[in-house]
Order: sequence, then C-alpha cells, then structure tokens
Amino acid sequence: MLSYEEIIEKYEPALGLEVHVELGTKTKMFCGCPTEFGAEPNTQVCPVCLGMPGALPFVNERAIESTILIGLALNCSIAPWSRFARKNYFYPDMPKNFQISQYDEPICTDGYLDVEYETPEGMKTFRIEIERVHMEEDTGKSLHVGGATGRIHGAEYSLLDYNRAGIPLVEIVTKTVLGTESYAPQIAKAYVKELRDILRTLGVSDVKMEQGSLRCDANISLSPRGSGKLGTRSETKNVNSLRSVERAITSEMHRHAQRLEAGERVVQETRHFQEDSGTTRSGRSKEQAEDYRYFPEPDLLPVAPSAEWIEQLRGQLPERPSAHRARLQQLWQVPDKEMAAMINAGVVGVVEETVAEGADPTKARTWWLGEISRVANEREVEVVEMPITPKDVAEIIALVAAGDLTDKLARQVVEGVIAGEGSPAEVIAARGIKVVSDEGELVAAIERAIAAQPDTAQKVRDGNIPAAGALIGAVMKDTKGQADAARVRELLLGLLGQS
Amino acid sequence: MSELIYKSAAQLSESLAKKEVSAREVTQAHLDQIAKVDKAVQAFLFVDTEGALAQADQVDAARAKGENLGPLAGVPLALKDILAQEGIPTTCGSKILAGWRPPYSATVVKKLRAAGVVILGKTNMDEFAMGSSTENSAFGTTQNPWDLKRIPGGSGGGSAAALAAFEAPLAIGSDTGGSIRQPAALTGTVGVKPTYGGVSRYGVVAFSSSLDQVGPCARTVLDTALLHEVIAGHDDYDATSINAPTPPVVAAAKRADVKGMKIGVIKELSGDGYESGVSERFEESLEILRSQGATIEMVSCPNFDYGLAAYYLIAPSEASSNLARFDAMRYGLRVGDDGSRSAEEVMSMTRAAGFGREVKRRIILGTYALSAGYYDAYYGSAQKVRTLITQDFAKAFSSVDVLVSPTTPTVAFPIGEKSNDPVAMYLSDVATIPVNLAGVAAMSLPAGLSEGLPVGFQIIAPAMKDDRLYQVGAALERELAAKWGGVLTTKAPKLISAAGA
Amino acid sequence: MSRISNEEVARIAQLARLDLSANEIAELAGEMEAILGAVARVQEAAKSDVVPTSHPLALVNVTRPDVVRPGLTPANALSGAPASEDDRFRVPQILGEEA
Ligand SMILES: [Zn+2]
Repeated sequence: MLSYEEIIEKYEPALGLEVHVELGTKTKMFCGCPTEFGAEPNTQVCPVCLGMPGALPFVNERAIESTILIGLALNCSIAPWSRFARKNYFYPDMPKNFQISQYDEPICTDGYLDVEYETPEGMKTFRIEIERVHMEEDTGKSLHVGGATGRIHGAEYSLLDYNRAGIPLVEIVTKTVLGTESYAPQIAKAYVKELRDILRTLGVSDVKMEQGSLRCDANISLSPRGSGKLGTRSETKNVNSLRSVERAITSEMHRHAQRLEAGERVVQETRHFQEDSGTTRSGRSKEQAEDYRYFPEPDLLPVAPSAEWIEQLRGQLPERPSAHRARLQQLWQVPDKEMAAMINAGVVGVVEETVAEGADPTKARTWWLGEISRVANEREVEVVEMPITPKDVAEIIALVAAGDLTDKLARQVVEGVIAGEGSPAEVIAARGIKVVSDEGELVAAIERAIAAQPDTAQKVRDGNIPAAGALIGAVMKDTKGQADAARVRELLLGLLGQS
Repeated sequence: MSELIYKSAAQLSESLAKKEVSAREVTQAHLDQIAKVDKAVQAFLFVDTEGALAQADQVDAARAKGENLGPLAGVPLALKDILAQEGIPTTCGSKILAGWRPPYSATVVKKLRAAGVVILGKTNMDEFAMGSSTENSAFGTTQNPWDLKRIPGGSGGGSAAALAAFEAPLAIGSDTGGSIRQPAALTGTVGVKPTYGGVSRYGVVAFSSSLDQVGPCARTVLDTALLHEVIAGHDDYDATSINAPTPPVVAAAKRADVKGMKIGVIKELSGDGYESGVSERFEESLEILRSQGATIEMVSCPNFDYGLAAYYLIAPSEASSNLARFDAMRYGLRVGDDGSRSAEEVMSMTRAAGFGREVKRRIILGTYALSAGYYDAYYGSAQKVRTLITQDFAKAFSSVDVLVSPTTPTVAFPIGEKSNDPVAMYLSDVATIPVNLAGVAAMSLPAGLSEGLPVGFQIIAPAMKDDRLYQVGAALERELAAKWGGVLTTKAPKLISAAGA
Repeated sequence: MSRISNEEVARIAQLARLDLSANEIAELAGEMEAILGAVARVQEAAKSDVVPTSHPLALVNVTRPDVVRPGLTPANALSGAPASEDDRFRVPQILGEEA
C-alpha cells in the first residue's frame, strides 16, 4: 500500500464539491409552510408540499433573493433569465415524484471563492471556481421501522414525515479543482468552512452541518501524473461535518490509489461516508439508469432578475470574510502568525462575537485558541461546534476581570459549560465555585501559613520576596484555589512588612 | 316546479332576487331531475344532496336578512370531478383516486361558494381528462342526452350532459385540448375556455399544466358569462394566474353586437374532414354574422396542421410527470402491500392497477418523449410548433377581431365507435387544440342540428379579450334562437319521459 | 419511424413505475409506433431558427412574499393515507440508498 506521500507523488487529485444549503427563509420554497427544525411530524405541511392532486407551487421571493446574494458573494454572474425544471424520479420521500430544481438554466454561474490555507511554506490562497448555484427543494424524511438497526436495509416498513419536504435548498457546485496536491483534503475542508462563514455572514442560512442545513457531497478522482486526463471520480455523500470532509476525501484518495495500484478500475458511483470508521461504502443508485427527463416546470414562470434588483441586492452584501478578517486583524493588533492560527482553527467569527459581547480581544482569542481549542481537539470536533457560546466566554472573561474568578477557576467554569452543566452562572452556583474575597478569612489563612512555615516567613521578612511563593501556594491550597492569588500576595507581603 | 329546470341561470337569478322562488326550491327541482334522469345519462359521479340543500338554505337565509348577494346566489351548478372540493369525493374519473376526499378546496370552488352558487355534485369525465368521449372514465360512460347511444364528448362529457339533460343550469369544465368546447358542441350547450391564466388552476388536478384551463359551461351565452365572471380573476395560489382585471364578459354578452367587427375564418379548420352537416351549419352561422354587420374574411394559419401532433407530445409529456404523484404512498389506491413487497413494487403495481388504458398509453408516450435521446426530436420540436402556432394567431389577430371555425369535425359519434382507435379519437380535437397551445380564449356555442344532433361553432379571441367571444356569441345566439324559438337545448329530447318510460 | 421494441416500452414502463404485463407491453409497442408515427411530423416544422415555447404566458418573476400561510393539521394531511402511524405516512419498505 502506498503512503499518502507516495500517492501524491504518483497521482494528481482532482476535487469537486457540491454543497447543499437549506435557506433560512420563514417559509418553504414553493408554499407558505413554516420551516422550523425539529417540529412534530407532518405539522408543517399543506397540499402543495404533500404533492396533493391539484396543488401548485409558488416561488418564495426571499429564496430567490437569498440565492442571488449567495451568487454575488461567490462572484458569480447572475443569469438575466433562468428557469425551474422538473427532475423526474420516483422516491417515497419526494411527494410529487419529481423535484423542482434548475437544469440547464441556473440562476448563478461562473463564480469563484478564494480559500486561504496555512501551509508549511506559509499562507496560500487557492481559488476554487464555482460552476453554478441553483435553487431546488428538499425532500421529506423517512424513519425505517423494524429490522435490527433502524436502517433502511432490513426494515419492515417506513414512516414518512414531510415537514422538510419543500424547504428551499441552494446547490453550490464547484468546477473541477486541480492543483491542490497534497492539501486536497484540507483545502476541501477550508472551502466548505469559508463557504459556511460566507453563508452565515449573509444571514441566508443557519448552516448547521449536524442538523443538515449544510450538506456536502465530495467528488474526488486521481489521475496518474502526466496522463493528461482526469481519472474516474466517486461521489461521497453523507459528509456531515467539516472534519468529515477532510476525512472522507483522504479515505477516498487512499481507496482510489489502492485500486489503481492493483490495476483495478475505479467505479463511478455514489458512496456514503461512515462517521465511525472514517471510510466510505458503496451506495445503491436511485435510478438504474439515471434518466431524469428534465423539462421546464410548466407551473412556474421564468426568473429574470432585473439589473436594478441585482444591484439592490449587491448593496446588501456584507463585507467579504477575507476583507473583514484583514480589518479585524488591524483593529485587534494581531500578529500575522496568530491571525493565521485563528483562521486555520476557524475561530475568527467566535472571537469577534465574544469581543462584541464586551470582551478584550486578546483575552477572547486566548480562550478560543487555548482551552476551548484544546478540548475541541480532544473531542475531534470543530471549535465552533463546541457547546459554549461567545456570550458565555465573554461573561467568564468579565468575571475574571472583576476579580470574581481566578484564571484557574475560570477554566473550571469553561469546563462546566462545555460539559453541559448550564450557563457560567449556573456552573458557578452548582459547583460552588467562588473567589475567597473575605479579607478576614484570607488573613486567617495567611496567618495559618506563616505559623506553619516560620522559616520561610522569616526569609520574606528579611527581603527574600520570591520565597513568598511557598506561602502563597499554601494559602491557595488552604482555600481550595478560590482565593485571588494577587490579593493573597498583597496581604501576605503586608503582614510580613514588605509592602 | 319542474319548470324551474328549464330556466336559464339568468332567469333563475331574477326570480330568486325577487323572492318568487327560493334557492331550496330551485335546488330541489334540480336534485329531482337528477334522480329522474341520471340513471340514463350518468352525468354525475357524486350527488351531494345534503350539502347542496344546506348551501341553498344558507343563501335563502342570507337573502331573508337582506344581505347583498351576487347574481348567481342560489343557482345550482354541476362541478367536473377534476376540481378538489373539501370533504367531497374527488376521483378525476380514476380508480386510483376512488374514495379520496380532499382536505382542501380548489380556488374556483371557493369562489363559487363565496358567490352563493349551489354545488350539486361532481360530474363524470375521461380519466384525468384524457379523452374525447368520457368512455375512458373508470366509472362508466356518460350518455349524450340527445341520443343516449352516443357519446357526449369529453373529457367533460358529464358537465355538458348535465346541462343538456336539465340537471343543472351551470357547470364547470376544464379544457386542455378541447375538453370544454368539444362536449359543448356535441351536446348543444355553450362552453368557454378562458385565456390561459384567466381562471385559477389551484385545486384542479393537473393533466397538462401549460395547457389546462378551467372554464364556464351553460345553456346560454349570458349564463356562461355570468359564471365566467364568478370564477375568473387573479389567485395568489397559482403562479400562472394573470394579475389583471377580468375582461367585461357579462357586459359583452349583453351588448351582443357584431356591427363593424372583423371575423376571420380559419382556412385550415374547414373543408376536408368536416362532415357536410357541420360545414353547412357553420356557413349558415357565418351568413347570420355577416347579416348583423360583421365582415367575414378568410385567414390562413398554416402551422395549425401540426397542432394535433404537437399537442400529443406536449400534453402526455407534462401528464407523465403530473401523474407521477399517484404512487400509493400518501393518498388514493394502494395495491399489493402484503408486508413483503417494497414501496417500489407497490407503486408499480398500484399504478398498473389504478390507471386505465388511455392514461397508461399517454404516460408511456410522455415518458418516452421526455427520455434521454428523444427530448429534442419530440418534446423540443413540439415546443417549436407551439411558437409557430402562436405566431399564426398573432398574425391573424393583427387583421381580424376574432377567428371562427367549426368546433368539431363531426357530430356525436356512437359509444364504442372509436374507443379502440386512439389516433382516430385524437382527431376529434383537431380544431380545438391550437387554442390551448397558444393560450388564447375560445367558445363553442350551438350552430344548429345535423341529422338531429348538435353542431358547435367555435369563436376564438386573443388572450385577455375573452369579452369578444361573448359579444359575438351572444349576437349569433340571439339570431339563431329567434329562428328556433329558443336556444338549441329547448329542442333536446325531454328525458323525463325517456327515463320515466 | 423505427419500430418501438417491446424492450424499449418495458424500459419506459419501468421509468414510469407501471407494472405492465407482457401483453400490455406488446400492445403498447404497436400503439406507440402508430402514435409516434403520427406525431413525428412536428420535426418537419421545427426548424433550427424557431425558438421553443414552453409556456403560453410571457410573464416572469411571479413570486410570493416569504410569509407563512395556513397549512393542514397532521390529521387532515393523513386523512387520505392508505396507512399511517404516529402522525406519519406508513409505506412499505423502501429499497434504494440510505438517505
Ligand atoms: Zn406546504
């Protein structure tokens, strides 16, 4: 088996990424049903999204605007004339047995997204070209009953909930991405992350991969160097986290290489990523021969955004994340190296939000890049996916600044919040964490320490200030770390005539 | 009491307004007629006796309170079974929907209810509106009241027959390639296919979305206009509904004046293939219009020759997709679910068992026409023909106000005559189809009889000029009725005795 | 017009989810040939310079505001279902890929 380095030496990877984003509109793509996540089954349905006889679709204006905004943010051309088409195939989670989508006339085409990535040779920018951005509708959800695992295979029957059916989806498709070389998996992940940040900044989606509001299909192929043509690609679905993007592509690169080395063909197919093993498995195709019989959706009229409409939307575009980051770096006075670390860890947004909650930028950065990143790494999740909010962090920083928490105690509070024990205030209350600030209690503790270590105390009296550390340590131990060390030192030195 | 059934909607409206008669009496009279004759005619698939009387009582109560009611409040109507009506069986003439009671109502149904129109029940039709005879209904063939051995036309044969059998003074139809006009022609009644987008399609089971249009049917031109005004108008549940005022159809029907109008006879829709009786009645009608001050000229629409072919590609293609939703998962028939079969197998079995022959034929045709490798040759080419036909209309309407032709090449044919020859059956719609392809408006009204059977006269107007249909139609009707001593249906066989015998 | 084979009709029937018998397939193959023979003449008129029309209305940008409209209750939604369970539509086992 080839090592990763050997794979890259022999083969050139080509990437293709299809990202589906559920828009955060109030209503569905083609009907007025609400789109709340997690509602009781079939409570957000109507004749339209249930595909009842006679029901007709009606386009949500906000969905079109959101899609144009995405197109503009991705530097796309906005088509002066575009159309919906029916993609015909039978599947029980799709009530009409066709999906209203866009085919050869998508609303946005030919854009790009620059992705910054920190390599050992320094920060590099990769331009990912976008082929198209188009609108479509989501399917319902099925629950498989019976069988061993609740999975589709071996199930006795299925139960369908159409709350999700008809939720607006935007599909963002890249052109074939070449030149990422050994960084292919990391750049794919960085692209999805950057895309997610843009979508979040645009306010068009809540982009929660774990809830499926952002889904990624990763295409990869390997071609022998110098062959001059692309290899056969596989498409991996079910990639439900940023980390999985990287893992799935790495795993597929190994699998492809292994087949090619063994003289076998790579089959063009859909594969499913399996979170637990970090590998992919072959999926069945939905239609034996994919013959979707696309034709223009006759119940809907073309979308032909005027130049004025597009310009008006362009005016709504927030600052581009890269420009935004440059501005923040300036504002916060962060060295390049540190900024790169923040970008790679994906914490710029949360740090900014923490600062917006009133925290000091340096403190905010330290928490997110330090303790919280450390736990995230342990848990193998993205920092932003950690169950602690910028508001929580800002609160903790404020408590430290006010002297109500020591740094050590603050770490305990962070740990408690991440463990799901509640807000910082709740964790402090439940764990009984408090800074011992009662002067009388502190003085008593200091006197106990002096009494216990009379020789050390004498050294301090004689002017050996560093010797005070042992006494302070004893006091801190005595107070179970809940005392403010600075105050202890102050009081101790005072008592020993050194202030 | 039975006299009530022979009155026009306009006459009933007047009597109701003057409180000479109650809505309940009018409704009961029509329910009685249905009870008497519908065994012979089979126009209705479902009669909502209780619901109809309850609606009538509501209208009577409102009138007693002095509420301001629309002109058709209390007038009964027969509803084609293609429109969803909440809680009322809606089958579209198909086994696959047998027993389905929709949880919602079509916009047209809501408008009818708001206007106080009393819905008597649902009328028979060719399954999913695919047919020209009602022989494709899963629930039996409707008989033509003029000759019970003949078809009443289709797909809306039930609605047309209900009018001709005096079971209702008003009816709703839907017209994809002639399903309102051809039955109107064959039953001696009036039917209008409004401009595409003039009447909401929401809640109308889709056959071919870019061609379907709901329209009014009645025995007189004025009644048709009164109904047109109730059902037309913009709907924010139908994205293909035109957001503009409805043309003044009732005023036009009352004006009934063709003086100075230019009328174009479509060269391609006459001559060979049209029965002599049909051609004669058509010529006589032209003569009447000329005598009323209209100018008649011949116009050529050369691409109409391709209309039928284009239609039989576009309509089945759209239908193959529209009918995909009938899959046994969420509503309707389910066959073969024995616990061992997969959803996919149950879908295929149900669709094979639930759809009739003609529907399957068109699903196969449409699926084929859209499938990879054939799209450009079939569906794509048909769409180009659509452009050419639309251009033919535009050119013709640049020189004339309305176009005219016979509605159908023949009078009603005997039941069973064409049911095994799809291509021959499709020819019934040769004169009505171009209108749907271009989305313009058209009317069929009676031009007289040929060997005792009604002949239809078709008037075509540009999009959103539906009023012209009524202006010309009412003028022709007035002169013909004067000649006949009443509109044509007064000459229809009185089925009371036929059924009572 | 080339002959439409039974295999071709069977493939189309599978695409259209119609479980047709061999007899039906054979009959339809014959009918398809007659009908396609009659409708194929659209190709004569469909010159390359003709723009296709997919819809009779020339309108564009017909949209609705992003405002919630009343929908159905689960009971109403499921009222016509052949089978249901726990406010969901109950359907036979689904083959095909895992979503
Ligand atoms: Zn809905």
